[in-house]
This record gives sequence, C-alpha cells and structure tokens, in this order.
Amino acid sequence: MLELRGVSKTVRGMVHIQPTDLTLEPGTMNVLLGPTLAGKTSLMRLMAGLDAPTQGQIFAHGKDVTGMRVQDRKVAMVYQQFINYPSMTVYDNIASPLKLMGKSSAEIDKAVRDTCEMLRLTPMLQRKPLELSGGQQQRCALARALVKGSDLVLLDEPLANLDYKLREELRAEIPRIFRESGAIFVYATTEPEEALLLGGNTATLWEGRITQFGEAPEVYRRPADAITARVYSDPPMNFTDCRKDGHGLHFGEGNNAPADGGFAGLADGTYRAGFRPNHLRLSAHTGDAVEFKCTVGVAELTGSETFLHLSHGGDKWVALIHGIHNFDPGSTVSLWLDPAHVYLFDSDGRLALPASYAVAA
Amino acid sequence: MARIQLSDLAHSYLPKPGGEDDFALKTINLTWDDGGAYALLGASGCGKSTLLNIISGLVHPTRGKILFDEDDMTAAPTTARNIAQVFQFPVVYDTMTVRDNLAFPLRNRGMPAAYIKDRVQQIAEMIGMDAQLSRKARGLTADEKQKISLGRGMVREDVNAILFDEPLTVIDPHMKWELRTQLKQLHREFGHTMIYVTHDQTEALTFADKVVVMHDGRVVQLGTPDELFQRPGHTFVGYFIGSPGMNLLEASVQGDTAQVAGNAVPLGGTYAAMSGRTQIGIRPEYVSFTDDQGGVPVTITRIEDVGRHRIVRADLAGTQINAVLPERMPLPADANRVVFAPEQIGVFEDDWRVDPAEGGTL
Repeated sequence: MLELRGVSKTVRGMVHIQPTDLTLEPGTMNVLLGPTLAGKTSLMRLMAGLDAPTQGQIFAHGKDVTGMRVQDRKVAMVYQQFINYPSMTVYDNIASPLKLMGKSSAEIDKAVRDTCEMLRLTPMLQRKPLELSGGQQQRCALARALVKGSDLVLLDEPLANLDYKLREELRAEIPRIFRESGAIFVYATTEPEEALLLGGNTATLWEGRITQFGEAPEVYRRPADAITARVYSDPPMNFTDCRKDGHGLHFGEGNNAPADGGFAGLADGTYRAGFRPNHLRLSAHTGDAVEFKCTVGVAELTGSETFLHLSHGGDKWVALIHGIHNFDPGSTVSLWLDPAHVYLFDSDGRLALPASYAVAA
Repeated sequence: MARIQLSDLAHSYLPKPGGEDDFALKTINLTWDDGGAYALLGASGCGKSTLLNIISGLVHPTRGKILFDEDDMTAAPTTARNIAQVFQFPVVYDTMTVRDNLAFPLRNRGMPAAYIKDRVQQIAEMIGMDAQLSRKARGLTADEKQKISLGRGMVREDVNAILFDEPLTVIDPHMKWELRTQLKQLHREFGHTMIYVTHDQTEALTFADKVVVMHDGRVVQLGTPDELFQRPGHTFVGYFIGSPGMNLLEASVQGDTAQVAGNAVPLGGTYAAMSGRTQIGIRPEYVSFTDDQGGVPVTITRIEDVGRHRIVRADLAGTQINAVLPERMPLPADANRVVFAPEQIGVFEDDWRVDPAEGGTL
C-alpha cells in the first residue's frame, strides 16, 4: 500500500503539488489523468522518492519512507522516452537491474525469461534495442522496470511516443501485464480514453491538485465538479448557462424543458449545464429532448463518426455523431439534447446535480 | 498552386538496388489535385516521410518523375519548388516577435511592406495570435509556438503546396481540437493544396478530403474517410483505420457463405471461387452478441467501458475478436455467440479486397 498524507511540493515559491491525501492499494491500476503541466510527473516523482515533498509524509506498507532514497525503495519508473542501453542485448538490458542487486545468474535468468514471456519479447532476447520496433523498445524498458519485482511501478505517459496502432496494442496488453505482476501501478496520461481503456482507478489532476479519485467509469460518469468533467472528456464537455425557475429549466433563450425528476428538487437559480458531445443528437431521440438551433463551424469526419463544431449563442460546442454527415459551414442545424444527459454545476463549479442517466447506470 | 503528379515513382536508399525488397518506396502513381486537402497515413517505416521528402526535393527518387502541372520537377532543387513545410516540432526564432516570425518568409522574398503587414495580420487572426503579435516568441508555450509554425507555413499565397509532417505531435489533446479545426478553416479559406503526414488515423480522417494509406512502401488505398472505413481495399486499411480495427478471420468462401472455424457465416453477396489466402473482415461496430443458437461461438475475455461505448474482447477459436457496443446497449448475460451483419462483411484474397460476383450492397 502507498499512502500520501498531506504531501505538497513547492519549487521556488511555485506550487507544483497542492496538499494531497491519496491511498493506493496493492494490485491496483491507478491512472493520473490531466493535461500537460497539471502535475502528473511531479506527483509521480514524489511517490517514487525522486523528489522530497515540501510538506507531508509518504508511507509504503505503513512504513514512513518520506526521506528515503529511491535506490532503497522497491520502485520502478518508465518514462515517455524509451530508455535502454543501446550496446546491450535485450537480455542484458533486462538483466542489468538484477545484476546491480547482486542476484545469482540462475535467479537472473529465470526472472528475465519470465518477464520476457509476459511482455512477449522472448524471440528478441539476443537483439539490440535499435533493432526493435518502437513498441518492442518500450516493452523492453517496461520489462526492465518489472523484472525487479518492484511493488510500485510508475509509468509516465509510456505510450505517448509510439505510433497510434502500437499504442492501441500495448494499451490492450498493459491491464494483463499489470494483473500478472500484482504491483501498484501508477500511469500518467493526458487522454481520457486511455484512462477508461486501462480501467482501475482514475485520479484527475488540474493545476497540481487531485480533483477526484475513484473507479474510472464512476469518475467519468459522476464528476464532482466542472473541472473534473472537463479533464475527463475528449472532445471537451460542452457547457451553457441554465436557469431553474419553478417547474421550468431554461437553457439560454427559448430552449426550455420541464424541471422533472431530479431537477424538481433543485433550488431555483442559475447553473452551468454540462453535457458530453456524444449526447447531442440530430433527431429528437427521446420525447424529452430539447432542440438547440446551432450554427455549423466545421464538420470533421473520422471513419465512423462526425465531429460537428457548433456555435450556439456565445457558446462553442462539439457534437460527436455516429455515422458520416456533411454540413456546410455557416448553415443552421438542429441538435437535440435529452435533459437526462445534463450535469448541473453551481457557480463555484461544484456538481449540483448529476445527469440522471449516469445515476441509473 | 499546382497539381502534383507522381509518375512511376520508386526510391531505394541503396546505391544499386536489386529486387523490390531493396526499395523503401515501391512503384507509386498518384495525383494530388490542386487545392485538395490530403493526408498521407501509415505506420513508422511505411515510406511516407520518404515520399514527403521527394515532393519537397530533399530526396531525389531512384526512378520515376514528379510533375507540378506539366513541369517536370524531378531534378529541381527545393527552393525552386515553392513548397512550404511545417514540421513536427515548432521552428520559431525565439528572439523575434511573433510578427517578425510570421513575416519572415515574405520578407525573404522581398514582398512590399504594406502587403506583409496586412497578410501577417490576417494570418495572426486566423491562428488566434493577433493579441500577441508584438511579443517575443521566447516564453510562449509549445502550443503557441506550433501555431506560429503553422501560420508561417501558410503565410505565402504563392506556394504550390503546404506539407505538414506530424504537426500536432507536441500538442495537448484538448488543443489538438482547436488547431485541427483552424487548419481545416485555413484550407477552406485559402484553398492551398495541403498534404498532411501522420500515423494518427483521427488526424488524417478529420483533416483530409482524401486519404492516401501507405503500407510497406506502397499506396494500398486512396479514398475518402468513408470509403476507407466502409470499404477497405486491403487488410492493412481495415486494421489501421478504426479503433479497434477491423476483425480479420481466416475463412474459406463458397458462393454466399464463408466457413469460419467450422461455422457458416452468411455473406452479403455471392463470390467466385478463390485460390489465395482468404479472410473475411468485419468492423467491431457490426459485430453483435447473442445467447441464441446460430452465429459463431466465442468466449468473452474482457469488457472495456470507454464511456460513449464499450469494447468487448472475445476469443474466437484462438483469434481475438472485438465488438463495439453503444452506451447502454445491453449485453446478454450468457452472450457466447457473435453475429456479423452480412452486408458489412468484406472478403479479402491475399490481403486485397474482392468484390462479389453478384449481390452485395456496398
């Protein structure tokens, strides 16, 4: 178990990590999700013991390791750049941490072969890193991190430098590798979809602060505040002002819905309504759906979906629509939103009411 | 501006190439229409950078010709080609202001000051940097610096084409949205021929009207995003486009039925007899689960909830098969068989798509 108690980091008066409490259980996958400079790497370096916290304490298995050197802890870290020794074979690269630990050659051989089997590197044992593909090089770096049997494995955007398809393949393998190792995994990424695919827990980071920590789908569907919702949405979540007034909900001017269900218990007042791009539809898919007349900016096509960039009043939205649709820029299009997909945030950005579909899920 | 034509183009990095294996680019015939928005999509090592460097003149091809309209440019130096290029990492002069950075290509060519002033202002507005024109580039974020690089690539009106080599690599996912949208608007506004090289299918498909997919030194398909998705011409396109990619299953095809691991799978058309290696391909979007009889037996190995849909991974006689289920779509508790929408099944012989002899809606 790894425990952070009130851990913070300030460098030359700049707050990198705000006071953080976090407990990671053995055998869990924990994803740090946030944009560049949100503090993902800083937090990992504190967990690893590469940096000492300005305040607070770090416990590993109940033992205070706050000032302990990284060499004296069972920690492994993998970076975005693949770091391997270019002159050594894959075998020797993976064996190197064990040699430093003074293991016998029989122990080393078994550990290297087991790890290579797990990472599907066995046919490449005698090759040099530069004779491997990018994905294999990163797997070699990963193997070196795992072979030590560390109980804390930190992965800092390990797939960011890989080709799209290799990333997809390794991403599907990492949950299996992690299950087989039994260590605490901490994995930093900027991509919401990657956090969801890896599963386990997500900690959303914003400006050095963990805004929420919980099971990935739970944080995704029940974000505690607007910042978490924004961090955990790609394309970004859409927002607009919403007024609750007795039995009515008013989104901007003239887009009204009855304040039924969960909305009924809400205090009258002004809220910020948030909804994800995939919940804007081209037709009234439910009887409750509210129509929004929007102006089309650009329609981007992926193979199977259309990203529609829209403006509505002063708001900029994106709709993610299944199938291929072409729209002329500047044309007017009606988009429909079921209030069941709307999250309401108060003026401080705290969640006032979760989307009812997410509560039911 | 010009139409760019590649005619019997091939390139080897070896001094005396022998067989086809020695060629980084196998024979390529391709025409880029004037004013088109193209993407060149492929994995590392597929030859896309070699092709880009041949167009810009950094590499001279072993064989074949490159024409701009009717002019043979095969031997022309880079400067004579009038091509703007934007690279993976921002190239900006830190000590210059944003304005001077944007004006640089125009000043180099001795354009009149009044024209430069207007043009720089116009570009700065397009890339959303007009408020920062007078500040030094030093201290700007990577995103902002890359915007300047994009702006500088676009500032000259007289270029034959603009080449983008993985231009959004260093950009945060949220900012990628904004920059990609701006690029599309810039293309619409200025009508330059744009060629965008990337390994990222989303970037390629969202940017381009036509996508050139490269694999192992060959162009395996040139098509619209929709064509690549609905009718991949080669198994590589099926695999590479879509996330997860197309499921490919070893099969034998007879008439309107495929046999997959001893199960009959109905197809959307009738096929002539085939002699090569035969596979059927089905997109994860068109795979559904059933607990009824019929279909093909599978074992579900993992379900990934990615929010707007779920990816269900299953084992089909030793081959992994993926299905995409929409948000909230129920999965039968005893789901142990998969069904493929027949009209969405593609048939491939030795990796190339085969059209049905009759029938088929696609």
